[in-house]
Amino acid sequence: MGHDAVDRERLHARIEEWRRRPMRLHDEVITSAHGAGGKASQALLNSVVFPAFEMTGAAMDGAVLQVTAKHDLVMTTDSFVVTPRQFPGGSIASLAVNGTVNDLAVMGATPRWLSVAFVLEEGLPIDEFRDTVAEIALAATEAGVRVVTGDTKVVGRGAADGLYVTTTGIGIRQDGIKLGPGEVQPGDVVLVSGNIGDHGIAVIQARGELDLVSDVRSDCAALHTLVGDLLASGAEVRWMRDPTRGGVASSMNELAMDAELGVRLREENLPVSRTVNGVCELLGLDPLYVANEGKLLAVVSPETADKALTALKHHELGRNSAVIGVVTSENSGIVVLETLFGGTRVVDMLVGDPLPRIC
Amino acid sequence: MSQFNDFRDPRAASKVLKRITELADGQPHRKFMEICGGHTHSIYRHGLEELLPQNVELVHGPGCPVCVIPMGRIDDAIHIANQPNVTFCCFGDMLRVPGGKSNLLEARARGADIRVVYSPMDVLTIAEREPERDVVFLAVGFETTTPSTAVTVLEAKRRKLSNYFVMSNHIRIIPAIKAILDSKDLDLDGFIGPGHVGTVIGNHPYAFVASDYEKPLVTAGFEPLDILESVMRLLAQKADGRCEVENQYTRAVRDAGNPVAIDVIDKVFTVRPHFEWRGLGSIEHSALMFRDEFAEFDAERRYAVPGVQIADPKACQCGEVLRGAIRPWECKVFGTACTPETPIGTCMVSSEGACAAYYNYGRFNKSPRIPVTAV
Repeated sequence: MGHDAVDRERLHARIEEWRRRPMRLHDEVITSAHGAGGKASQALLNSVVFPAFEMTGAAMDGAVLQVTAKHDLVMTTDSFVVTPRQFPGGSIASLAVNGTVNDLAVMGATPRWLSVAFVLEEGLPIDEFRDTVAEIALAATEAGVRVVTGDTKVVGRGAADGLYVTTTGIGIRQDGIKLGPGEVQPGDVVLVSGNIGDHGIAVIQARGELDLVSDVRSDCAALHTLVGDLLASGAEVRWMRDPTRGGVASSMNELAMDAELGVRLREENLPVSRTVNGVCELLGLDPLYVANEGKLLAVVSPETADKALTALKHHELGRNSAVIGVVTSENSGIVVLETLFGGTRVVDMLVGDPLPRIC
Repeated sequence: MSQFNDFRDPRAASKVLKRITELADGQPHRKFMEICGGHTHSIYRHGLEELLPQNVELVHGPGCPVCVIPMGRIDDAIHIANQPNVTFCCFGDMLRVPGGKSNLLEARARGADIRVVYSPMDVLTIAEREPERDVVFLAVGFETTTPSTAVTVLEAKRRKLSNYFVMSNHIRIIPAIKAILDSKDLDLDGFIGPGHVGTVIGNHPYAFVASDYEKPLVTAGFEPLDILESVMRLLAQKADGRCEVENQYTRAVRDAGNPVAIDVIDKVFTVRPHFEWRGLGSIEHSALMFRDEFAEFDAERRYAVPGVQIADPKACQCGEVLRGAIRPWECKVFGTACTPETPIGTCMVSSEGACAAYYNYGRFNKSPRIPVTAV
């Protein structure tokens, strides 16, 4: 077996070399996989979008615009195509506000202004449009942001599915906040602010295609006050993300690859509700890959992990927060899970698209 | 922790593992094949391989129905999906299986009406709801899934549905096991038997593995403890010099199986003379086709499918992996040219495929564990 171990090591090195190459786009047409937030999405962005704008993957969530010496502006944009547009715990309207607010919050910015653009399909009931706009206004008020501009376009029947929303957000970031994969060090601790996978499962159930009934509700929520409490707690926060499409697994993989470090998660510590777990077992899904819309992933220094956890748990949205893993110097670029059973396995980026159009 | 159940009890596992280590001590290198893809998935998902002693190796067999679908069949499926007025329904796993040139995911993106379903009954519902469409179900699977397909056909007949069709790729486990046992490069010491198939056909049909081929087989459940217990029983047989077919999965598998399910299969389907398996080639009597009484539901008879046989890509060693002759990472293209995002072979597509399972779950340096602080 000694010989075998050497061979395997060589093999792993060769695979890692391949994995580090920029993902290439082989497809000729857009498929649902390109929208799943996994490898196909990255390949599309890397080969079509980023080169055209001289961007890097770091611009995926938001851009920092330096305005004055004391403050930075942070800007982000997101489109929402979820189906169905209403689901337990949220709607396309609350997602459109909270999704963008959260992208700003996890960059350490205080969300301030939003723009909202609609694509409407001919035949959409005006009442539904009115309700959607009212919900957006309410969600914006709750999140402390103002909708300052917008746009409305109508397309012919069949050219869109009812209603799509795009929101762009701008927030202000105090000077001195350093966040990002470059700040992360081996030994740092990974925290999550509560149960994972609720949103994806709530949306799938709301479609009514599966004869499953449960009380799972989307966790859709604005995270800016939770983030504010964490930053104010004195914890040394190095990196934050809201794990939406592709779930915790995809966010952790992005961290591992961008930081060129390993991540080791412990299954025992992952907060998952019994119901979400049960539905996932039935459908052959892994909660690590199921989307969230109101959860925070944070990496903090080991010395301040307790402080961070306490701060998160004191917030209404973070009651079920947990330490779920550590950053390691070994297995660079790879996320490893210690299973409940005492084994270990790799948690890779999502390849296909098990649950399309969840946001 | 909510993922916890009795069959995932780490303390019970450590007892079984202790016994496994005792039994394996002094035995030569043992290679046991788990035939079923469900076992492969569970083994990787729970990280079982690294818990076993060094001289006990698990080999991943051909029991992933997605992995054994040859490229020509996918091309046939795409051909049907592209017919006017067809709504083509399949399980999500099938979308990315490579055909000769394309896959179903791409066919959908190019305009074919392809829908993912979770149960064959969903397809029947679609057929009833959309009577103006011809609704075709791509049926795959061993005897485990065949009864539910058969039930939809009987139900369609009862409801007098004339727009429901099935492209049957239902396969049979026994001829596949025979093909493996007959292969020249066979190097196995025993089998973990497919528990789900066993719930339908029973444990009795596996008897020949011990009596004719002198290999032990233990039919197993799918929780990690089930699998470990089966390994323990196989090692015990080896230690005692026994060679028997045992049933570990007694809470679901009976000797005679499920007579109602067997009867339903027999009503609707009959044995195909030949069926092409990816990597294993053509195997006699290894699949099922419609009986003439149910010809009206047979998609292959309704749509003249090209039925072109396409040779597996030269670089692909799926066949050797499926027979257990090589391990996934010993394939020339594993992890480089062939990855889950650009699969060459089917073993890399389904999460139950040996290659995808190893690539997704097993690919890292197993250096000493760093404890995660439990707060």
